[in-house]
Amino acid sequence: MAATLFSSTARVALRSGASATSKAGAAGLTFARGKATLPDLSYDYGALEPSISGKIMELHHKNHHNTYVTNYNNAVVQLEEAQHQGNIAAQIALKPAINFNGGGHLNHSLFWENLAPKNAGGGEPPSGALSKAIDTTYGGLGEFQSKMNAALAGIQGSGWAWLVKDKQTGQISIRTYANQDPVVGQFEPLLGIDAWEHAYYLQYQNRKAEYFSAIWDIINWKAVEKRFS
Amino acid sequence: MASQTHTLPPLPYGYDALEPIISKQIMELHHQKHHQTYVNNLNAALTAQVTATQSNDVPSLIALQQKIRFNGGGHINHSLFWKNLTPPGTPGNDIAGAPTLREAIVSRWGSHEAFVKAFGAELLGLQGSGWGWLVSKGGAKGRLEITTTKDQDPVNGPDVPVFGVDMWEHAYYLQYLNNKAGYVEGIWKIINWAEAEKRYNAGVENPLKL
Repeated sequence: MAATLFSSTARVALRSGASATSKAGAAGLTFARGKATLPDLSYDYGALEPSISGKIMELHHKNHHNTYVTNYNNAVVQLEEAQHQGNIAAQIALKPAINFNGGGHLNHSLFWENLAPKNAGGGEPPSGALSKAIDTTYGGLGEFQSKMNAALAGIQGSGWAWLVKDKQTGQISIRTYANQDPVVGQFEPLLGIDAWEHAYYLQYQNRKAEYFSAIWDIINWKAVEKRFS
Repeated sequence: MASQTHTLPPLPYGYDALEPIISKQIMELHHQKHHQTYVNNLNAALTAQVTATQSNDVPSLIALQQKIRFNGGGHINHSLFWKNLTPPGTPGNDIAGAPTLREAIVSRWGSHEAFVKAFGAELLGLQGSGWGWLVSKGGAKGRLEITTTKDQDPVNGPDVPVFGVDMWEHAYYLQYLNNKAGYVEGIWKIINWAEAEKRYNAGVENPLKL
């Protein structure tokens, strides 16, 4: 994360042009001339129905995610300005904006990738090493899903639940993060589920348990396996 | 025990009375489902607390604190919120009915408009779920301040919540979608200045008094 931030020196980058867009690594973040850009979805907005409605997907991607991208880029411009001026106080003051908007960009980029329409493998159970790790840790996929759902339901306010890998031990576990706090540091993100109300409210209103249960039909376990290996 | 159970307070107006600023559907879900869930979960946590106290189960008591904070806060915040709103065009929405508060606002922010702008900026700066508040510091007729509280944290201690605005997405999303600025702008048409004046002058009694 930090490396990304501080290496994007193209402060007065030209308007993001699709030609300069390149896909970058596991985090799936796209950049155009040093600017973060909204990644394309690999499926249509309506493709995750009935688990997630096309309208939710469209707003979530085009409006919410895009706002994080815009605000992250703005914060980075200010950060570089502050660095240029050697203004440490201003750099520190920008931390919440970087964390929130950069986190929002990271989290959503990972989220879109760890979802897939049913006809593109969505909901097909994991295999191989990841499947083994889930069985060993939770006693089976069903048990893992109920623990993940309980973690999601227990979030007080906005946030995410993640299946993560501990970089020190290789163990997997479920962790929740407030607001847009990203999975960084000791843990690696494998599978994230957005528990913000904007992720489900138009379709499920206050019945969030139904959303948490329906989302398993569109989990892209192949993408999760790739992150795990 | 039964008589000590918290209950959902009735709204002081109809579900559709805040239209067009807040839709009937939002108000119904917000009051009957969201607020009710805080009430239910608060009661459950308080019952569990009684049991844990009787058995001197300190680890359980500590574990219950966050549940009480979140659900008790949710109950307090929503109870205050319903009362500090009023249907558009009603006398309560006229700031002329809040002379003391208006004077305090103008002396603090220079003008009513400057206050509205500052309050809106604070609300829109909230990262995640939470509330925006006008508070009177230290008690009634104190120094006014705009604050936000995260999730369901209530305004604490001697500070008086003059009025609050719910910035959880469930408070506006069905109607405003991601345009929360539209919701924040509209809220002024339903702020109950009469109630705000009362709170500023005399403080707030325990909003959950049983």
